[in-house]
Amino acid sequence: MEAAAVFTAGISANLWSALPARAASAMGFDNARHLLSRTSFGVTPGEIRVVESQDFELAVDRLLADPRREAMTPVPAWIGLGPAEMRRRQQAAESERKQGADGKKLEVVRPVQEQGRELRNWWVEEMLVTDQPLVERMTLFWHGHFTSSLMKVRYPASLFRQNALFRREALGNYATLLKAVARDPAMLIYLDGMRSVARQPNENFARELLELFTLGEGHYGEADVKAAARSFTGWSVDRGTGQFTERAGQHDDGEKTFLGKTGRFGGDEVLAILLAHPRTAETVVEKLWREFVSLKPDTGEVRRLAALFRGSGYEIKPLMRALLLSPAFRDPAIRGALIKSPVDLIVGTVHVLGLPVPEKTGLVRMLQGLGQTPFDPPNVKGWAGGESWISTYTLLLRQQFLRRMIEATTVAPMEGGMQMANRPNRRADRREQLPAADGSTLQMMEPPRPVEGRSLRDAGHEARLGPTLAGADGPLLLRTLLPRQPLDGVNANGTAGAIVATALLDTTYQLK
Amino acid sequence: MGRVLLLIELKGGNDGLNTLVPYADPKYRELRGGIGVPRERVVQLDERVGLHEKLLPLMESWKAGDLAILQGVGYPYPNRSHFRSIEIWDTASASSQTLSEGWVAQAFNGTPIAKGIGVDCIVADTNALPSTGPSLRTIVMQDAENFLRQADTIGTSSGTGAGGNPALQHLLAVRHEINAAAAGLRDRLRSAPAPVEAYGQEFLLGRQLDLATRLLTAKVPVVAIKVALGGFDTHANQAPTHERLLSFLATNLATLRKNLIGAGLWKDVVVMTYSEFGRRARQNASAGTDHGTSAPHLVLGGGVKGGLHGIHPSLTDLQDGDLMHTVDFRNVFATLAQGCWGQSCDFGLRQPQRLGFLT
Repeated sequence: MEAAAVFTAGISANLWSALPARAASAMGFDNARHLLSRTSFGVTPGEIRVVESQDFELAVDRLLADPRREAMTPVPAWIGLGPAEMRRRQQAAESERKQGADGKKLEVVRPVQEQGRELRNWWVEEMLVTDQPLVERMTLFWHGHFTSSLMKVRYPASLFRQNALFRREALGNYATLLKAVARDPAMLIYLDGMRSVARQPNENFARELLELFTLGEGHYGEADVKAAARSFTGWSVDRGTGQFTERAGQHDDGEKTFLGKTGRFGGDEVLAILLAHPRTAETVVEKLWREFVSLKPDTGEVRRLAALFRGSGYEIKPLMRALLLSPAFRDPAIRGALIKSPVDLIVGTVHVLGLPVPEKTGLVRMLQGLGQTPFDPPNVKGWAGGESWISTYTLLLRQQFLRRMIEATTVAPMEGGMQMANRPNRRADRREQLPAADGSTLQMMEPPRPVEGRSLRDAGHEARLGPTLAGADGPLLLRTLLPRQPLDGVNANGTAGAIVATALLDTTYQLK
Repeated sequence: MGRVLLLIELKGGNDGLNTLVPYADPKYRELRGGIGVPRERVVQLDERVGLHEKLLPLMESWKAGDLAILQGVGYPYPNRSHFRSIEIWDTASASSQTLSEGWVAQAFNGTPIAKGIGVDCIVADTNALPSTGPSLRTIVMQDAENFLRQADTIGTSSGTGAGGNPALQHLLAVRHEINAAAAGLRDRLRSAPAPVEAYGQEFLLGRQLDLATRLLTAKVPVVAIKVALGGFDTHANQAPTHERLLSFLATNLATLRKNLIGAGLWKDVVVMTYSEFGRRARQNASAGTDHGTSAPHLVLGGGVKGGLHGIHPSLTDLQDGDLMHTVDFRNVFATLAQGCWGQSCDFGLRQPQRLGFLT
């Protein structure tokens, strides 16, 4: 199919004179869809149209050309609050909250929970409005790699700053990122670095640094974990400002032996040794492969890309370029070989349908139900991803979400747009006064109100197409929405709305 | 075959000292000056400990000898984070170890169970971690009718077209699991009678126990069912909240017992409570308690050897202000795996012990 399109588009090499001259060729529809579906959240026919006439290599260069280093969405007002002030406000709210009679707590807005809600909504908003979805994908990738969770950190401003760091270095430099993460207050809280002192080093950060952020299991020993833990002692968080601080008096400046090297190491020396180790680049490349290419990293290719990565001084952009231009990524056989993450599914579907969703709390709740709450990865290993996204529970929940989305396009917006839950605000889940650490119960969504005489029984069989899909014919809609042939038989001669509805509910829609 | 394990997760960390009260220990009065349970509100079980009076509905079971109370259940190097500690429990891991498979699933590793119907475990709350793993097929459903309706619309085509795409193969396998579970459950659940005695509606646990009772009376051949009661994270003004929860728990456990005895199933079921941790020995300044370590847990069932098991943790010999565990929870799990399903599994313990709470 794309063979026919090759060399037919009117893009000539001299349009791209700044780049190495070569015969430019239009990549065609299916290549464009593949590239975009792996590097953004949801793809519309219009977006594919823009890219399909471009040369693949040039399109990749464009994707990476000028990464946005700051979010477009205005930052929440409270990001400057220090931890001491936050604790004071939280305690004030808690003491007000317990005033209720007969054991029922009063509904008081608790600042940590409220800021956490705003923070999650803020990021989902950014994913939806950004002009550079690849940057958000990478930011999410680094968040899953260098995990920190609000459930433990309980200081949302620090997670906001960590998120800003991930975005700033999204396509920047891994060495820079690693060094900044080791000093990052949210990380110091999450992995107990701030409690790690010479007298009693805490090994939590050191262990994950070796196992997850750099070498991977099997490439170090317990003694290395202990030596690394001692080296980072004294790196802490200022309780007033919430910023990184180095407490020299708490640092163990004795001699350590780490990965065969001996010296009076501090944290930076340990990081330098890790960055000089070939495994570090391989660990990152393997993870990126599973995120962007396929569930099974190709060992030879990983080694080649890791050498390039390390050779460039850990520049992320050339690595991503090489990854997206690798023969494996361009192999038609891997189209549809990755399972959409909950963020792919939810943010992507809202984007493709062009649905206005002013209030993001319902979307975040769906993300939570499907197992990917932003700022709350399940554990230090981050989201396992891949096949683990799909269980009997989440598959049914995904289908339910998609039916709701289809219905939402067929009924009038509720006050303030699509309503996902019966009480789409922070107080929705308080019925059982669930503990903060509990993944609060998912509220099943109330049916939206039908309009235009349409019976709710019919809703869900047909979607009303917004500007993102309007005008596209059946075959085009299918080729846009699905990475491969539908499985459950879609009637390509049906109305456009019916085709979209059945395509979204086809099992292959879960793939990208 | 075997017995069905009904797991009841007490979410948030239940305060063990105000559940099974060491009423005779003067140290208890000192630690719990404000929120301690007064002696006259304790249902004495022996000369040292007794149940909070809100647990009175459990006394019928106690007297019948089918309520075991396991004292001081916990683990070494306790973690005081909710999410991490429940993960440790659910995966039967050591404190420093991150495992991804649940303990119930681990118990069946290497011994495939008879594929009676398309489901092995049903989770009626939202946390399915204990049964998560390749050895078991778990269905999470809050509501049977809703599950069956959703399953009806998911499609059934065998999807021979997965050709070499492992992601699609996985999706189709999961879809097949849903279809199989729905097929196995549909007639059984729709014909299952409503429980003779109805459960409370104040907390979701009531609805979940209703589903559990229907599954059991319909003889759906599962190895475990999981339900949960939330709200135990009582940092402030603890007493009224905690009492409401204990009261609801005890009343509904008593109802469950009556329903299952009535159905002739009590001997085929083992009910166990668990929680991510107990709470600090000393109450805090807000008339509440903070995250702690070990706590007592309840085991009920017709095959249970009633009474107090294990040793109550000392109130004077504390570790960082917390009770030291006297029973490792993995020994409890190992005993259940053996007693319910005949599975030998020591969950990584170097010196596993079988506890004597099952006959």
